[in-house]
Amino acid sequence: MEKVREMLTGNSSAAWGVRLAEVDYLPSYPITPQTEVIETLSKWVNEGLMDATFVTLDSEHSMITAAGAASATGVRTFTATSSQGLLFGFEMLYTVAGWRVPLVMLNVSRGLSSPITLEPDHNDVLAARDSGFLQIHCETCQEALDSILMAYRLAEDERVLLPVLVNIDGFHLSFTREPVEIPDVETVRRFLPPYRPKHAFFKASQPMSQGVAVLGGAVYSYFKYQMHLAALNSLDVYKTVAQEFYEIFGRSYPVIEGYMAEDADYLLIMTNSFSTTGKAAIKRARDKGIKAGMLRLRLIRPFPELDIQNAVKQAKAVAVFDQNISIGKGGILYSEIAGALYHEKARPLLLSFIGGLGGKPVSASEFEFIIESMIHAAETGKVPGRQLLYTEDEWSEINRLKGMAGKQ
Amino acid sequence: MSTVERRGSSLYVKSLRLYFMNTDINYKRYLKLDLLPTPWCPGCGNGIVLKAVCQAFDELNLPKEGTVIVSGIGCAGRSAGFFDLDSVHTAHGRAIPVAEGIKYANDALTVVVLSGDGDLLGIGGNHLLHAIRRNTNITVVCYANEIYGMTGGQVSPLTPHNAKTVTSPLGNADFPIDVQSYFKNRNSYFARTTAFHLNHLKKSIVEALKFKGFSFVEARTMCIVNYGRRVGYKNSHEMLMHYKEFYKVSDDTEELSQNEIGILRHTAGL
Repeated sequence: MEKVREMLTGNSSAAWGVRLAEVDYLPSYPITPQTEVIETLSKWVNEGLMDATFVTLDSEHSMITAAGAASATGVRTFTATSSQGLLFGFEMLYTVAGWRVPLVMLNVSRGLSSPITLEPDHNDVLAARDSGFLQIHCETCQEALDSILMAYRLAEDERVLLPVLVNIDGFHLSFTREPVEIPDVETVRRFLPPYRPKHAFFKASQPMSQGVAVLGGAVYSYFKYQMHLAALNSLDVYKTVAQEFYEIFGRSYPVIEGYMAEDADYLLIMTNSFSTTGKAAIKRARDKGIKAGMLRLRLIRPFPELDIQNAVKQAKAVAVFDQNISIGKGGILYSEIAGALYHEKARPLLLSFIGGLGGKPVSASEFEFIIESMIHAAETGKVPGRQLLYTEDEWSEINRLKGMAGKQ
Repeated sequence: MSTVERRGSSLYVKSLRLYFMNTDINYKRYLKLDLLPTPWCPGCGNGIVLKAVCQAFDELNLPKEGTVIVSGIGCAGRSAGFFDLDSVHTAHGRAIPVAEGIKYANDALTVVVLSGDGDLLGIGGNHLLHAIRRNTNITVVCYANEIYGMTGGQVSPLTPHNAKTVTSPLGNADFPIDVQSYFKNRNSYFARTTAFHLNHLKKSIVEALKFKGFSFVEARTMCIVNYGRRVGYKNSHEMLMHYKEFYKVSDDTEELSQNEIGILRHTAGL
């Protein structure tokens, strides 16, 4: 098999994943920085390279509704959005997940209004973490393509039947070109056969009610907990799918990616594309003789609690880098990881850092500061409070802007 | 005019006098001039509509402290920030409900929505229908460029049938919305105008601002970069000339044909 490698943006790489998954229906609505995905797909559909129906809807709300409904009829469906669009369709995330349909959706992360911005943080996708959508977060362009294929396998598995959100960072990944290996259709079909639903789906001559009202909490509780159990199942299913993916394509995607993590005393936990700069910082620390390492979370839902407990066991201190902020609480991943470690007898010190909001770049010195803080905490046994990463230059720039606005 | 007289050419003086006679620069008081030029592409028609809105304000001498601008998302959505007035740049499609909230809270204000066709007719289309139903006393100026321009040129609710865009490379399969039909049998004001017909454009906005009730101005404006060049126009000027040749001013107050611009006043609700 000859391997084809092309320089693709994160967006077009994801679009290739959709094309190779031989998706049937593509409801769409433009939003920066996702638009390139639907543009690429519409071009392929128009040129006859994809046998799919492409429709531009009037908003993300109707787009996600149409996608979920189409998925319930038993066709493979894909849609993509970003930030405000995801929030506008938010009502339907819970609804579609409750329909138990294997929809795969791409979110291209972007900070939320207001103030209005375009660059990435993860408040958009993490807002959806309780909805019933499983979440796979990507670091590289190749991973975007591969994750779309894996997402369909995961979603369509009989033990799961939940929709999946694949997340890539706006701008930092969506518009960055990297060499991407595009597998051929035949090999992909071996990994991802055509979708033949056995679960309840709409079909002529077999009437079925979808999304009915259930009053009184007992029936409701039953269905909600079923979703939870299915999401827990998906952790094992994911591991099987990832193993099979590795055997066919030779690329490995564990639930948590460890980088120099095996013997590390100081672990940094991150997600998505900013991990690449984080890894560079870890390497620099290693060069200086500091035993640092990184854990990159790929699966956010289901939350891999056991894997995290095992991965941090030998560490002295762990720093969670949250590229999100739960207003009035702090970093979302920090809270979740702290929760996962509560019952561990030998748990490491846990530090919380918030950075990269609205795509704010994280400099080498900021990463150094995180690592130094971990060392200091391990030496003194004192854990500093939650910290926002912000450089002096950025602070003086803000003061300059405040001066312009007459608010100094 | 002293600098002009020193130049000595009577023709030059005359042409400049004509220039100042015909161009009242008072409209600029409604803008934050230090924010200009706008970020809109070369050849974009949005600036023409923006200027016409200011000129209409000036003609009615609207007080700066009593006028509010609301914009949604998109190229036209950037309008709100350029005004030296109270303004809101809100979420995609939500300009009309924000404007209605302001108007119902303080009826003394003049509330103007400036946004695009994707924002007002697409993602926010439902709000438009119900603002017409409630006949809220606000004015909406729609920069009708027939495309989602800011995201790079995707099919919008006003994109013509068969037009090539980046989401319809072989031509748009759907037909555009005929906005005027929303206003039939309503007590309402609807105007269609273009960025070429400057006087008509200004007049449409002035009359809309004077109208007691919901008023809507569909201002056809050109997007050469993300639309025009893909459907065969060489430059923005060609698009303007298309407006000149295609659209005829109509006196009909009931219905406009596809190639007509004009002002419709329906009084069915009264």
